[in-house]
Amino acid sequence: MALLSRKGTLFLLFLFSIFLLSASASNGSGEEEEEFWEELLLKPLPDRKVLSHFHFQNEAPLSDSFARHHHLFPKSIAQLVKKFHIKAMELSFTQGRWNYERWGGFDPISSHNAKPPGVELWAVFDVPPHQVDASWKDLTHALSGLFCASINFLESSTTYSAPKWTFQSALGSLRYGTLPREAVCTENLTPWLKLLPCRDKAGLSALMDRPSIYKSFYHSQRLHLTQAKTGADPKNSRVVLEQTLTVVLQPNILTGGTNYVSEAKMQPSWSLSSIFGRKINGRCVLAKSSNVYLQVERGLVTQLENLQSSTATFAANGTNLDDFGRNVGFELSVNPDRVLKEVEKSSSILYEYPIKVHKDSEQFDLGITWKHPVIWSTPHVPLYASRFLMGSGNERGAIAICMKSTESTQELVAANYVDQRCNFQVNVLQIVPWYIKVYYHTLQLFVDEKPQILTDFVERMHVSPSEDKVSPGLMELVLKLPCEVKSAVLNIEFDKGFLHIDEYPPDANQGFDIPSAIISFPDFNAGLQFSDNSLSKTPMLSKLQERSPVISYTEVLLVPLTTPDFSMPYNVITITCTVFALYFGSLLNALRRRVGEEERRLNDKGGKKDALLNRVLGKLSSKFRGRSSVSSQPSSSSSSSLISPKLILRVLLVAGIAVAWQYYS
Amino acid sequence: MTKKKKVQWFWMWVIGSVTLRLILVYFPRNLNLSSRPEVSTPLTSLRRLAEGYWLKRSSMSPYAGSMYHGSPLLLALLGPLTVTRIEGQPDQLLCSLVFVIADVISATLIRAAGRSLQAAYSSSLKVLGLHQLSETSEVLPSGDFAALVYLWNPFTIIACVGLSTSAIENLVVVLSLYGACKRLASLAAFGWVLATHLSFYPSILIIPVILLLGYGPDAPPRKLFQRRIKLEVGNSSSIGSDHLKEELKDQSSMLKVFAWRLVVHFLIWILLWSSYVLVLCGIYLQKHGGLQELYRRTYGFILTIPDLSPNIGVLWYFFAEVFDFFRSFFLMVFHGNILLMIMPLALRLNHRPCFLAFVYIMISSLLKSYPSVGDSALYLGLLGLFSYELKDIRFSFLLFAGYVGVSLLSPVMHNLWIWRGTGNANFYYATAIAYALFQVALVIECVNCMLNHDRMVTKLTTTKLKDAKS
Repeated sequence: MALLSRKGTLFLLFLFSIFLLSASASNGSGEEEEEFWEELLLKPLPDRKVLSHFHFQNEAPLSDSFARHHHLFPKSIAQLVKKFHIKAMELSFTQGRWNYERWGGFDPISSHNAKPPGVELWAVFDVPPHQVDASWKDLTHALSGLFCASINFLESSTTYSAPKWTFQSALGSLRYGTLPREAVCTENLTPWLKLLPCRDKAGLSALMDRPSIYKSFYHSQRLHLTQAKTGADPKNSRVVLEQTLTVVLQPNILTGGTNYVSEAKMQPSWSLSSIFGRKINGRCVLAKSSNVYLQVERGLVTQLENLQSSTATFAANGTNLDDFGRNVGFELSVNPDRVLKEVEKSSSILYEYPIKVHKDSEQFDLGITWKHPVIWSTPHVPLYASRFLMGSGNERGAIAICMKSTESTQELVAANYVDQRCNFQVNVLQIVPWYIKVYYHTLQLFVDEKPQILTDFVERMHVSPSEDKVSPGLMELVLKLPCEVKSAVLNIEFDKGFLHIDEYPPDANQGFDIPSAIISFPDFNAGLQFSDNSLSKTPMLSKLQERSPVISYTEVLLVPLTTPDFSMPYNVITITCTVFALYFGSLLNALRRRVGEEERRLNDKGGKKDALLNRVLGKLSSKFRGRSSVSSQPSSSSSSSLISPKLILRVLLVAGIAVAWQYYS
Repeated sequence: MTKKKKVQWFWMWVIGSVTLRLILVYFPRNLNLSSRPEVSTPLTSLRRLAEGYWLKRSSMSPYAGSMYHGSPLLLALLGPLTVTRIEGQPDQLLCSLVFVIADVISATLIRAAGRSLQAAYSSSLKVLGLHQLSETSEVLPSGDFAALVYLWNPFTIIACVGLSTSAIENLVVVLSLYGACKRLASLAAFGWVLATHLSFYPSILIIPVILLLGYGPDAPPRKLFQRRIKLEVGNSSSIGSDHLKEELKDQSSMLKVFAWRLVVHFLIWILLWSSYVLVLCGIYLQKHGGLQELYRRTYGFILTIPDLSPNIGVLWYFFAEVFDFFRSFFLMVFHGNILLMIMPLALRLNHRPCFLAFVYIMISSLLKSYPSVGDSALYLGLLGLFSYELKDIRFSFLLFAGYVGVSLLSPVMHNLWIWRGTGNANFYYATAIAYALFQVALVIECVNCMLNHDRMVTKLTTTKLKDAKS
């Protein structure tokens, strides 16, 4: 026995050592391959605001130890990927609305990071079609727990749908859902920050001062998960987790020595410490690279160049925009390490500042001081889309999506003027909840304010109509519009549904939200092309250069629905039932009444019956009186005349039955 | 000569009603009648039908998306008409024309059925020896009267102009009754099968139609005829005329006999027509779930009442408010209410199958899940058929005033609630309750009055018989 046990322990030890060895080996390889980058992009916006865009990227190989042990990659996300077989996923929490007119819509940041208010989630699963919905439901619950948000409301089949064409990942089994009314707060940001290796303790994320982020005009925190395949072997593919936070802030004006009038026109000068109230102490040591970029937009560059040529003195000096921010328009407090310029003429410029390892003496604080008032505009979406409701009353209405051309389309016309028939594609995705009962046959298209036949402009159309209390309605349109189009209006009518009282939210009279429509322009490329591609590309730069379609979201619509009286259920039940009882009773009475016979019976039996009853009652009462007199209780004898003996008999009978029941059961 | 004049006079009124309809059709946007909740329920709305047709044309199931809940045959008939537009004419002109024609045909069928009913009734009164009654029963041509009531009823006009498919549903119900009155088993079966297919509730009309085919049109209670014949046979035997005896025996055998052959024919025709209809539907919905989908989306929709949009009934509000765990119970109770009354009525009124059919139609339009004014139009029209028997009806002014009041108040309350937002749902529900109460009162008074009429006839014949005996 002892021998056997010793042998056993030896064997166990052996196994254990093998396990340890293999684990350490795999860990060693994993450590090499897991990578993390952190970047921050700052961009002055034309309406005196500043866009700051944090980009964190985490990569891990999809090896055997994936989701079991990680150094940098968040394990919770890895487990999600492994458990639900997620191919790609995007989750965004947004507050505020991206202003496409002022903040631009034709650049990578606006098409990737401008999101509809509330929560938006889409995911692509690598599972057989019949399991997709189940995976989606589990995923929503898991994410809900991870991010302290009510993402689990997306579980119900009335809230998500499966669009076909709008998202470029045509991998199939995609599910898309939004919660427009979800309030986003720091309790969602904290779990999001926990996924970063340095959290918000070091590196760029240390800048995220909660009050300054949540007082911003727009902030959107986003989590994007993809699988990048490096080779043919699926083992080689890597899981890429991209976390971005996009904030549009109003900087506190740093008062300069300039006079009051010009200051009003002047862009506000700002620095990192003035907008976030903090400075960067150093990089996150776990990050492979940590950079801060300042982007100067196309429009601004053109304006600055104009300014430069007009002021001859500066032109004589030969200062250039590339000259590390010593130009007419503004001055940078720190000299950039590198200047990236777009290949095209009059294109945007990126100033790059790598962050060094933490030193106590030196804190990084990038500032920009404007010297001349400049007015410029951002590149716009090809068609500026807005959506509104038409009609009054709570019975029906219509949704209109209005798309107006901007200067981008005019450029396109100018570029393609040689072509006789210049068309561009517009994809429209519109999802409506089931209580908005859309009549798809009423879809109308007005191009340049003239009604048009749909088939002339609609290339493809995919409609999956809403089903009451089961699924939302989904409409996808692929429009081919001529380049010289001035405006295009889509118009569709709907009836408002009536819900059961339990289906109304607590604030029923506030109305119901229709999620944003998504308008995308696959023919336009939002990406930027920088000249020195050969230089080491960081994830954000490659993201900025990626060829991607221009995407814009429309407003969320608020539809008021009629409410029933919430305090009435009992009244309604009783009144309705009374009416039906009245119907049933009196109809049956009318049917069974026989006038002649009743009269006869009354005449024949009336007297007899009465006599019989009286006699019986008399007997009973006399008995009772007799007994009560025997029991010598004067009160009972007085009450016996008041309460009929029949009633007492009944009460006694019931009491007897009750006693018997109690006894035997 | 006078008859010809009468006929002309009738057609004048018919043409008048058609012109009124056409004038209303040419009003811009149909006076918004097609979107009124009184006219277009989820089952009868033409707009939903157009949506179903659009879905079908874009190769989807017409029932996808809880919009259309009607029959595929109606879709095949009216669908193409919803998309054809004529330049310079109102949008849905062709559909309106179909509904106007359906109304006129129903009116003529009601008239024909009424004439045969009246003739049969007066002759049966003569058989009983009540010559005076039979003469007074012929004073008012009840068929013409009923037809004109049907055509000129504002409810019918609103339903017709408001593009509600109830005009066609009413037409097939009337067709079935007409076939049964004229003892045409195939026509009656065709009407019944289509009516059941289109709106489900007319399925309970199978009992009156079988009784009509079996016993013939409405007559006083059969007991009276038997007594009368017994007496006459007795009398004639004492007189000793063989010829008269034979005749009377024939009569008595005629009365007793239930025309089994006709009823069997009717049932066979039902089988044929229903299989035909189902095959057609099956072909139409071949790629979209077939007949199972059809049953789920039409009958299932009628029976489970998932759509809670307001209509003139009370069930929408009831099911919007009732607690979810009681829902199925009350569904059973309300549908059971229709079924429970079938047997007592059939037992009591089996000698008057046409009136029985009228009462069934009325009850179903009172208790149906998505009632519209089109249903009321049908039973109010049929009410005219019994104008002689129901001439002593009580509370007639009150009922008339109630119908007028409710039909004026209900749109006001709806406007206050839905459009202005100054009233609430209870206002509209109150008018619906009042409407239900008036309908209940009308149905009970009608049944009461008919039973009283029967009592009166019985009394008269028994006194006559007693006189004859003595």
